[in-house]
Amino acid sequence: MTAATRAAGVLTTSQAAERRRARTIGVVFLLAAAVMGAGFGLGVEAGLDSTFGLNVRGTGAELPDLVVPSRLVAAVLAVVCAGLGGVQLARGFTRRLPAVAAVVAVCFVAAFLTWAAAGASFNLTGMLQSTLLRATPLALGACAGVLCERAGVVNIALEGMMLTAAFTGALVASAAGDQLVGVVGAVAVGGLLGLVLALLSIRYRVDQIIGGTVINIFALGLTSFLSQKVFSEYQELNSPGVLRVVRIPLLAELPVLGPVLFANNLFVYAMLLLVPLLTIGLFRTRWGLRVRAVGEHPRAADTVGIDVLQVRYRTVVLGGMVAGLAGAFFTLGSVGRFDENMTAGRGFIALAALIFGRWHPVGALAAALVFGFAESLQSKLAILSTPIPSEFLLMAPYLVTLLVVAGVVGRSRAPAADGQPYVKG
Amino acid sequence: MSAALARAGRVALVPALAIFSALAVGGLIIVVSDSTALRDWSSFVANPGRALSTSWDVVSGAYGALFRTSLGGRRAISETLLEATPLVLTGLSVTFAFRAGLFNIGGDGQFLAGALTSVYVGFSLDIPAALHLPLALAAGVAAGALWGGIAGVLKARTGAHEVITTIMLNFVALRLVDYALSTDVFRRTGRSDPISKQVLETARLPRFSDDLRVHAGLVLALVTAYGVWWLLFRSTTGFRVRAVGASPSAARYAGMAVGGTWVLSMLVAGGLAGLAGATTVLGVRFSLTGGFSNLGFDAIALALLGRSHPAGVVAAALLFGVLRAGATGMAAEASTPVDIIVVIQALVIVFVAAPSLIRSVYRIGAGRGTGPVAFSSSWGS
Repeated sequence: MTAATRAAGVLTTSQAAERRRARTIGVVFLLAAAVMGAGFGLGVEAGLDSTFGLNVRGTGAELPDLVVPSRLVAAVLAVVCAGLGGVQLARGFTRRLPAVAAVVAVCFVAAFLTWAAAGASFNLTGMLQSTLLRATPLALGACAGVLCERAGVVNIALEGMMLTAAFTGALVASAAGDQLVGVVGAVAVGGLLGLVLALLSIRYRVDQIIGGTVINIFALGLTSFLSQKVFSEYQELNSPGVLRVVRIPLLAELPVLGPVLFANNLFVYAMLLLVPLLTIGLFRTRWGLRVRAVGEHPRAADTVGIDVLQVRYRTVVLGGMVAGLAGAFFTLGSVGRFDENMTAGRGFIALAALIFGRWHPVGALAAALVFGFAESLQSKLAILSTPIPSEFLLMAPYLVTLLVVAGVVGRSRAPAADGQPYVKG
Repeated sequence: MSAALARAGRVALVPALAIFSALAVGGLIIVVSDSTALRDWSSFVANPGRALSTSWDVVSGAYGALFRTSLGGRRAISETLLEATPLVLTGLSVTFAFRAGLFNIGGDGQFLAGALTSVYVGFSLDIPAALHLPLALAAGVAAGALWGGIAGVLKARTGAHEVITTIMLNFVALRLVDYALSTDVFRRTGRSDPISKQVLETARLPRFSDDLRVHAGLVLALVTAYGVWWLLFRSTTGFRVRAVGASPSAARYAGMAVGGTWVLSMLVAGGLAGLAGATTVLGVRFSLTGGFSNLGFDAIALALLGRSHPAGVVAAALLFGVLRAGATGMAAEASTPVDIIVVIQALVIVFVAAPSLIRSVYRIGAGRGTGPVAFSSSWGS
């Protein structure tokens, strides 16, 4: 066998793998269409309507409710997906596949909601509003992870950083009587824990996963200990209140978009600003190039004169500060009080969003929105009394992440030097 | 003899100093969070003696209560051994995976998978005890092994990092248990809160004495520890596991099936954590409620403290058993919240995982067996 035929053989196997993958995706589209048509379409009695409310009480211009025939809408959406699946099987969308997959996903969710709301009313704007709110700490946490991991330091300590920051935010805001001071305190503590993670993984070269685990355990233990010891005795130290909603003039009056995007608290705006800023910073500036160089190939970065360890220290501390902001959301942006273990695994969902979002701020935001949607859908479904157990919706972020890291749907790769300590020499 | 003792001393030096340091920092946190001690410290200049003696009283009161409730008497020791039983098994789980170069932080999920399955077998079958108990235990081991094995297969087939997959599988298991406990199959009749039906008498692990809660699971755990030691250090399989752990590329070059070894190691690790879940529901609780046990994270501390050796893990588990059993007594007698134990455990991990930290604090030189711990490589590829 000559080298040329061997090379040709390799080529055809990789092409075959790609074709197989394309076919699998086509079949998935068709299956989705089948579920939508048979389950969501025929699963509804004929003649029922789904009502979607578009107004949130007291905000924006009033719009009439959107009333659609349940069966027809599900059927139409199913036909659209079936058509896309057929085209995918016949010749395949190559470059446009991600966009097509997104269309299929949106159709599926729309058909699902139509089915869930058949014969009932469902507030769509309220749903979107709560999706964005729930996505905010996840997106901020994932952005914190993006910073650390782009610089080559694995951060599974997001949970611990967020929990400690939530505690500090409540304590400082209550003591100072000003929630903004609390936010500053939370950000500072997040940065401090970032420094601890950086010291452990850079100076003491502790395995970064152990370092992160330690911070998580320590945070859970210390915040629970202190809240029992201090907050139970001095309850006035745990009543910070919630940051008020800032309505942006004019824009907040827009229908649907107004209440969803322009009538939020500081955290949501900060997140919506941070994502583009971080994207530009990481991919369009000298600073970002350095951070990514240190995370992808520290030796090369060192050779051209970048101080690898210093870049890592700074970026991880910055990441910790962002995680602190994410943590403050729980006490100062949502609940208004610290409860033991109140982040309840949200740090790990942020980690999942980071991976699902392929270590990119925009991807992280998209993933956080998907996860936030699953979370708010779970709370809304209870009202609509659908036969789907809410536990399975809560499981969705983790399952999606498993599929993504396993390469079943797309592939997500970490920066090359993520998790490896750098030794100069 | 003296050389062996000296070697044992060297190996135990860093863990011993780590435990001492963790208890010292924990004591500091107890003092700082105590309002009486703080008041006395604020008048330190006027009366330094009182500040010091109050602090001493606070710390010795807390730690005294801790050790009294965990070691003072027959019942106290029984509680300590009871706490140590699942810790031995989860510690062995993390140890086995460590030896294969894998980081199993999925102990909580595997524990839940094992506990859920064991409980199901325990309450649903009506067969003689000679069959029922072994079957319930085996079901737990199998479920845990399956849950761990998923991460192993994903790693071997697709290269997905086991840390990510085990974290995700933990939460999937958590929600799955929540769901199971909401169905009529599992939920105890007449109860609305998430609690499973009771394990039948025939599937319960026997106790050593009627008035003590420690059960035969302890013997099982110790036998398992011996078995894991034998498997790791006396069998060909163990040699392969350790070779893959030391260097996957060298092992592959030597003709070993690296992927298969990863799958096997995660199966064993999962099975051990599943057994921990099984002994917990068949030996003490007799039913299952939702939520993490957090044993999976303690297990990381145990494996590090025990230097990834079964004997070391047993010793470490006994120590953590003391802490956990004593925590409740400490909370009752000295009104120190039990969570200080969690803080101490986290500190133990830091000090053990960063030997250079301990060495710089105590100014001792580098010795054999005290090198830095590094298990996982980059999680991208």
